[in-house]
Amino acid sequence: MSFFKKLKEKFSSTSENKQSSEKYQSGLEKTRQSFSSKLNDLMARYRKVDEDFFEELEEVLISADVGVNTVMELVEELEMEVKRQNIKESDQLKEVISEKLVAIYMDENESIPTLNIQEDELSVILFVGVNGVGKTTTIGKLAYKLKQEGKKVMLVAGDTFRAGAIEQLDVWGERVGVEVIKQSSGSDPAAVVYDGIQAAKSRGADVLICDTAGRLQNKVNLMNELSKVNRVIEREIPGAPHEVLLVLDATTGQNALSQAKVFSEATNVSGIVLTKLDGTAKGGIVLAIRKELNIPVKLVGLGEQMTDLQVFDPNAFVYGLFSDLIDAEAD
Amino acid sequence: MAFEGLADRLQSTIKKMTGKGKVSEQDVKVMAREVRLALLEADVNFKVVKEFVNKIRERAVGSEVMESLTPGQQVIKIVKEELTALMGGEQSKIAVADRPPTVIMMIGLQGAGKTTTTGKLANLLRKKHNRKPLLVAADIYRPAAIDQLKTVGKQLNIPVFEKGTEANPVDIANEAIEYAKAEHLDYVIIDTAGRLHVDTDLMDELNQIKTSVTPDEIFLVVDAMTGQDAVNVAENFDQQLNVTGVVLTKLDGDTRGGAALSIKAVTNKPIKFIGMGEKLDQLEDFHPERMASRILGMGDVLTLIEKAEATIDEKKAKELEEKMRSASFDFDDFLEQMEQVKSMGPLDELLGMLPGANKMKGLKNVQLDDKQLVHVEAIIKSMTKQERQDPNLMNSSRKRRIAKGSGRPIAEVNRLIKQFNEMRKMMKQMSGMQGGKKGKRRKGFNFPMM
Ligand SMILES: Nc1nc2c(ncn2[C@@H]2O[C@H](COP(=O)(O)OP(=O)(O)OP(=O)(O)O)[C@@H](O)[C@H]2O)c(=O)[nH]1
Ligand SMILES: Nc1nc2c(ncn2[C@@H]2O[C@H](COP(=O)(O)OP(=O)(O)OP(=O)(O)O)[C@@H](O)[C@H]2O)c(=O)[nH]1
Ligand SMILES: [Mg+2]
Ligand SMILES: [Mg+2]
Repeated sequence: MSFFKKLKEKFSSTSENKQSSEKYQSGLEKTRQSFSSKLNDLMARYRKVDEDFFEELEEVLISADVGVNTVMELVEELEMEVKRQNIKESDQLKEVISEKLVAIYMDENESIPTLNIQEDELSVILFVGVNGVGKTTTIGKLAYKLKQEGKKVMLVAGDTFRAGAIEQLDVWGERVGVEVIKQSSGSDPAAVVYDGIQAAKSRGADVLICDTAGRLQNKVNLMNELSKVNRVIEREIPGAPHEVLLVLDATTGQNALSQAKVFSEATNVSGIVLTKLDGTAKGGIVLAIRKELNIPVKLVGLGEQMTDLQVFDPNAFVYGLFSDLIDAEAD
Repeated sequence: MAFEGLADRLQSTIKKMTGKGKVSEQDVKVMAREVRLALLEADVNFKVVKEFVNKIRERAVGSEVMESLTPGQQVIKIVKEELTALMGGEQSKIAVADRPPTVIMMIGLQGAGKTTTTGKLANLLRKKHNRKPLLVAADIYRPAAIDQLKTVGKQLNIPVFEKGTEANPVDIANEAIEYAKAEHLDYVIIDTAGRLHVDTDLMDELNQIKTSVTPDEIFLVVDAMTGQDAVNVAENFDQQLNVTGVVLTKLDGDTRGGAALSIKAVTNKPIKFIGMGEKLDQLEDFHPERMASRILGMGDVLTLIEKAEATIDEKKAKELEEKMRSASFDFDDFLEQMEQVKSMGPLDELLGMLPGANKMKGLKNVQLDDKQLVHVEAIIKSMTKQERQDPNLMNSSRKRRIAKGSGRPIAEVNRLIKQFNEMRKMMKQMSGMQGGKKGKRRKGFNFPMM
């Protein structure tokens, strides 16, 4: 069976898959169209596989912000494949390209990554990331989602620095209907988080979500402050934080890789939330992050509303990116 | 920093080039590829990169590079010239309306830094231009956006106009201007909600505000970490609203900031200011040259090259090389070379400008003391003419005399002579290895004693 057929079959096997596929299709409409149509267009224009073809292929991938190193390695591999299989026409390469791209993201039997949330005890989720990527908003959305699933959720306003940060989380708490633990602006974030943990314990919460101030990863002091918050959580609850979610803005380019590296050094980043995918940016840098650091994307932000949060399904993501190609091939 | 800069890249490329005596067209192609990679890694849009590299390649095939002793540096120089040209001049000015108040509208994607920059601009206008600004809370969508602006206003002690989240942003903007007139405030800065450039409803709202208040400036606020999509964002906002300038935020991070180049290339609108931190006084003027170096990831290497060009001319460098190869390099040459390096500026400053210099092993322990240079100079100057030209003449009585004359301890004189002899030996070996290659692979400058 062809690779495309396999993917398609895997994909339509459950209705749940179908559903999430549809959401991706609409959410990634702009992304998908421009990407796969570019790839199709490339195939149409270059019948022959030559140096120019590969340079343009590089550009198609780079235009999606797939890391430059990742792209160069990928194209090198493809060039070798072309030699090995003696491929002359671009048509024959279509499938190989998609296969290679998909392989970066998916293991053969990879399941959808889930959040590590404990059944009978308090789970702590720490949000980290640079300025303005969507941490606080995602916390609001996630609180809503978990509440819908029947969890008792509490939030803690660990961003005591940015103007209006506490008020912003407060509004989200009200919207969702969950309690927000806070202190005044300017207080020590580690102390606020400590308070939050005690409150969550005594009120029997299932999940405590901690907001933190945005910080650029080259600010050593601020990164130390974050490690301190992380240590307080570790100390108060064995096994916590159960998730450290790094929020990345899909619009971000190569710097996202450095963000992932440095935040992983300061905390134990367990997953990525890729926000603002409702825009025209592709967030392709997560491919490089997956390849180099093996951090999975767990959630995806597709808008500013409470319901605009999706579990990241690599199958759906890849299917979404290549559905034009896949449908054409498999039919 | 995640990537090596263009200077490092070119350096290693040049090292790999087999010495053919001349730079070939193939070599230029390889170098052009390095330029391309460096720009892509800096997030410059691939289309912009393509055009740019073509230009570089055309110029590089010319004699400038191919005939040069230092092709790598020539390429960097060309890249820098073209890049700076593309980036435009410095234009960190803000319009002044004939009749106050002057109206500025802040627009951009979500989380770019509009609200923060609104506060920073007001602060700058008051501090530097002695103006009385008013901040306007026209973001009725983002939770606590008004609180945020009010807090900023309070921190700065600058008034904020708001009508809550139920009012229409167009009305808010209009009423704010009336308010400013009544209160004799001369600048009105409107903070609008973040929005996607493809969100037609919200883009329409911006256009309504624009039509209604006819702003004197429309600043597009862009996150410096933006990747390839920067061109789409900038192009769309500009086409729909005709922005007058760009503010690039979060440049205090370690991003290369190639978005700056992309935005300039597609909109041709000036980058007016850069955000250098979260605090409200961290707004700076935009310097195209500095941005160019940053995108290329080369510290201030360009300044260094310029200094070197100004002080070391190629003819002299050639002569020096000839001497090295024939091992006739003497203390006079040594002194001259040292003088040249010295005239470029303080040594540690020079080294600081070299990317990666702080990582270089061995250099760490070298005392980059300009005083030391003065001592070396004193020692050499205490030698007779013959001694300088023929170091083999040195014996212990001559050394004692030199020590006395220069006021330096004899041990120091001994060390210098030893170092010099070793250097000469090394040169001989090196030129022996290079054979007829005429030192094409020679790097820019040789610091004495290092
Ligand atoms: N279109 C879109 N906008 C988003 C998404 N997620 C967040 N935003 C918007 O991005 C802006 C910044 O979001 P925040 O949640 O305040 O970001 P943050 O990371 O908490 O910011 P700081 O705390 O200042 O570092 C807000 O205007 C959000 O509404 C998304 O998935 N799509
Ligand atoms: N390090 C750094 N952070 C900045 C800079 N400018 C803004 N920020 C931060 O970026 C985040 C977002 O800034 P805002 O001013 O809220 O951005 P905005 O464009 O108004 O966001 P929305 O209104 O949600 O679209 C905040 O955490 C700011 O403190 C800057 O120059 N450097
Ligand atoms: Mg926040
Ligand atoms: Mg704002």
